[in-house]
Amino acid sequence: MNLAAIIENQTEIPEAVLFFILSPIMVLSALGMLLVKKAVHSALLLAVIMIGLAIFYIANQASFLGIVQIVVYTGAVMMLFLFILMLVGVDSSDSLEETIRGQRIGAILGSLGVGFLLISLLSRADLGRPYSGLDLVNVEGNVQAIANTLFTRYVWAFEVISALLITAALGAMVLAHRERLLPRKSQRELAAERVRQNVVPVAGLPGPGTYAQHNAVDIPALLPDGTPADLSVSKVIAARGELANPSTFRMNEKKEEGQE
Amino acid sequence: MNVTSQMLVFLIAIPLFSAALLLLGGRALDKVGHIIGTLASTAAFAVGVIEFLAMLGRAPENRAVTQPLFTWIEVGNFNVGATLLLDQLSVCFVLLITGVGTLIHIYSIAYMSHDKDRRRFFAYLNFFIAAMLLLVLGDSYLSLYVGWEGVGLASYLLIGFWNQKPTYATAAKKAFIANRVGDVGLSLAVMIAFVQFGSVSFSGVAEGIEAGQTSSLALNTLGLALLLAAVGKSAQFPLQAWLGDAMAGPTPVSALIHAATMVTAGVYLISRSHFVFDAASVAQLCVVIVGAITLLFGAIIGMAKDDIKKALAASTMSQIGYMILATGLGPVGYAFAMMHLLTHGFFKAGMFLGAGSVMHGMNDEVDMRKYGGLRKYMPITFATFGLGYLAIIGVPPFAGFYSKDKIIEIALDAGGAKGIILGSITLLGAAITAFYMSRVMLMTFFGAKRWEAGAHPHESPALMTIPMIVLAIGSVSAGFFFNMGDRFINFLSPIFHSGESGHGEKEHLLPPIVVSALALTAVAIGVSIAIAKYGRGKAIPAVAPSDVSLWTKVARRDLLQDEFNETLFMRPGQELTKALAVIDEKVIDGAVRGVGSITLDVASGLRKTQTGFVRSYALWITVGAVGILAAIAVMSL
Amino acid sequence: MSLDYYLYLSALLFTIGAAGVLIRRNAIVVFMCIELMLNASNLAFVTFARMNGSIDGQIFAFFTMVVAACEVVVGLAIIVTIYRSRRSASVDDARLLKL
Repeated sequence: MNLAAIIENQTEIPEAVLFFILSPIMVLSALGMLLVKKAVHSALLLAVIMIGLAIFYIANQASFLGIVQIVVYTGAVMMLFLFILMLVGVDSSDSLEETIRGQRIGAILGSLGVGFLLISLLSRADLGRPYSGLDLVNVEGNVQAIANTLFTRYVWAFEVISALLITAALGAMVLAHRERLLPRKSQRELAAERVRQNVVPVAGLPGPGTYAQHNAVDIPALLPDGTPADLSVSKVIAARGELANPSTFRMNEKKEEGQE
Repeated sequence: MNVTSQMLVFLIAIPLFSAALLLLGGRALDKVGHIIGTLASTAAFAVGVIEFLAMLGRAPENRAVTQPLFTWIEVGNFNVGATLLLDQLSVCFVLLITGVGTLIHIYSIAYMSHDKDRRRFFAYLNFFIAAMLLLVLGDSYLSLYVGWEGVGLASYLLIGFWNQKPTYATAAKKAFIANRVGDVGLSLAVMIAFVQFGSVSFSGVAEGIEAGQTSSLALNTLGLALLLAAVGKSAQFPLQAWLGDAMAGPTPVSALIHAATMVTAGVYLISRSHFVFDAASVAQLCVVIVGAITLLFGAIIGMAKDDIKKALAASTMSQIGYMILATGLGPVGYAFAMMHLLTHGFFKAGMFLGAGSVMHGMNDEVDMRKYGGLRKYMPITFATFGLGYLAIIGVPPFAGFYSKDKIIEIALDAGGAKGIILGSITLLGAAITAFYMSRVMLMTFFGAKRWEAGAHPHESPALMTIPMIVLAIGSVSAGFFFNMGDRFINFLSPIFHSGESGHGEKEHLLPPIVVSALALTAVAIGVSIAIAKYGRGKAIPAVAPSDVSLWTKVARRDLLQDEFNETLFMRPGQELTKALAVIDEKVIDGAVRGVGSITLDVASGLRKTQTGFVRSYALWITVGAVGILAAIAVMSL
Repeated sequence: MSLDYYLYLSALLFTIGAAGVLIRRNAIVVFMCIELMLNASNLAFVTFARMNGSIDGQIFAFFTMVVAACEVVVGLAIIVTIYRSRRSASVDDARLLKL
């Protein structure tokens, strides 16, 4: 490229400012997405990147695409990611240890190589003519321009993609479906089960001291049927075996006669 | 002429057909197998005689006849026809092979009468006759090669005939392997001939050499390759180790193959390739050296052997050394080598048959220390063996005198220091031959009886003695007959051009009479030493004495030929095989298994990336993304 | 400042999102980092629309948003289902597909 072409291809200053502010944010977000431990954080950082990209699209005279990026990508796709993360486990995090030998080094070297080569090839590429910009195309507005091309030249691809969308939706339904093997329990059955198992007492537990026979901590309270209540003493004392015998406090016929 | 040339193929076809019939006929032909075999051999002999007579009726320059059979190989420039060639050189061999062969067939009827595999034996004998005839009747090196291999195979089959005994089977293998080493030479010769002359037939190669375009290096290499082949087949130094062990075969086999015919195939090869050796002086010198060394080698071994067959085998080795020596001494040498070959065929085959007869009478005992005084009990055997003995040591007027003395003569005539050395070696060889052959005679037929208990020697049946008698007649008369009027040399001269340079005109180092006198003196010395050691009244220990001189010990162990072969070839070969086996197991199998285990290791290493953790997979994705971005960055630089 | 700075910011956010996916173990946080990556690319689209003077970049960003929404819906439903059966929302706990 000669100097004139380079000079001619410069963008406006505001765009340059936008670029140099936003692109470090995006790069740092990308690196963060790579390095943070929790998956939810990665998802949120990805959302940041996508919004930045949307801004870039709008700056590049692709307004329709920018809005679609926010609505579809950030709004729908990233939300989908977050929902699945909730299903899979929000807390799930990778351990830092690498299980495959040499993978980390290989990954860094490989990706550095790809990046380096891509950037060097791009820097050597030359379009051969000055950048034209989309002003002429976008005369009626970006949406009209896209519509003009999309529904004339690319209508066949459009139809195929719509078929793809339908297939994807169906596929997701099929994959996520769980077959119900037993009939669904109704509310009445659930309630009866709850009462039957008595995991949590239906009427509620009695208040403290209701059945107490003595105010010593090692003497259990006696329930109405004469059995000691396990809830009335500390489990530690019971485990230590220092429970006193409450039989002296049990009501019996002999004592009843003498106790008048 | 046409009729007889068409009959050449029957020489080979009749014995070959008979062999196939006897082998395929199976046990059903057991009763008549020997008859069929002998008839086939006789028929071949008859055809041979007819051919010979027809040849004599032709003028000397027309004596060679050919019978083209079919076109064998026709590949590009390489044309080899299956043609049979009968000239003066081959007809000598044809008569020797079929004649001696038929006699040995007759002998074998009685010798192998107790063997249940007699039919198979005759099948192999017929096969050998067919193969040897193909060898001498082929008109190209390639046809000769087929016959060469055939006789090698027949020799293997016959040496290991009683293969129930592992040592016999090993002896057969040893013979075959030693022959094989020589066959490499023949293959090389065929290849060199084709490369140099574009043809492998004898006439083609002769014309090529006469055209004079080939380098002396090529000619000498060709000559040395042919010499290697001859050395392997004829049991010359350094491939001579197999001949002694080949005596494991039945005695008719030793007589036919390892005395008269197969081992002379090397001499035939060198004679047939005379045009090569006459033009390649280095090769010819090597021929002479090999012959001289083997001559002495065989003689020294023969002095220490107590096994009668092994002593005769050593003698064969030595006599063939004489023949090879003669072939290296110029055009006339070939003719004298042929003469000695034919006479040797008579007396050596006769002596082998006599040894077989002695073994037959002594319950197959071969140790001469257990013989003694057999001349009264086996008179015919004694007579025929004795005539062969007189022939081999060179007593006039028996066959060996003429042929061996001629060789000594031309050895001395070689000129200069070479002549003196060769002459002395041949004379020394004659003396030693006389010594050890007299030893064999004395230990076997004279002296006190040193028999084992239960031995009752008896004369052999007529079927065995008649062939021996016929061969004895040959031993007596053949030499004189050949030498009369130089007729043998003149007969062969159209081939070797030996008559033209005729030894009569050449200047002799010593007059022939002096040479004969020297030879007879050497013989007399040898015989008298033998009589002094083993003659009348001398005690011959029943077991070979162990306190003997170093020379005797070494000679008893065949001049350490087996140790030589083992150290130079066998052990390195075994070590090489072991090393190759180790390499195969550790390196090659290790590499193959290593691929598997590397894959397993890599896989188990890679397995560790499958951790199951989503985050580590994501990390790998990131690494991949970094890689892609880096690639894009680099490419767009 | 020129419009390129938006692109650098977008790349930086994307990188941080990628690092988050690799490092965090909670499934929902991982999901949120993925959302960050999607948003970073949306920013780049919008900037490109402005650079090129054509509305198509915004249309694309629009579609991306819709699809991201669908994906979030289904993904969270899955996480909920897994949580219901395994009682854990950690990414590391679902590792049965190991050798």
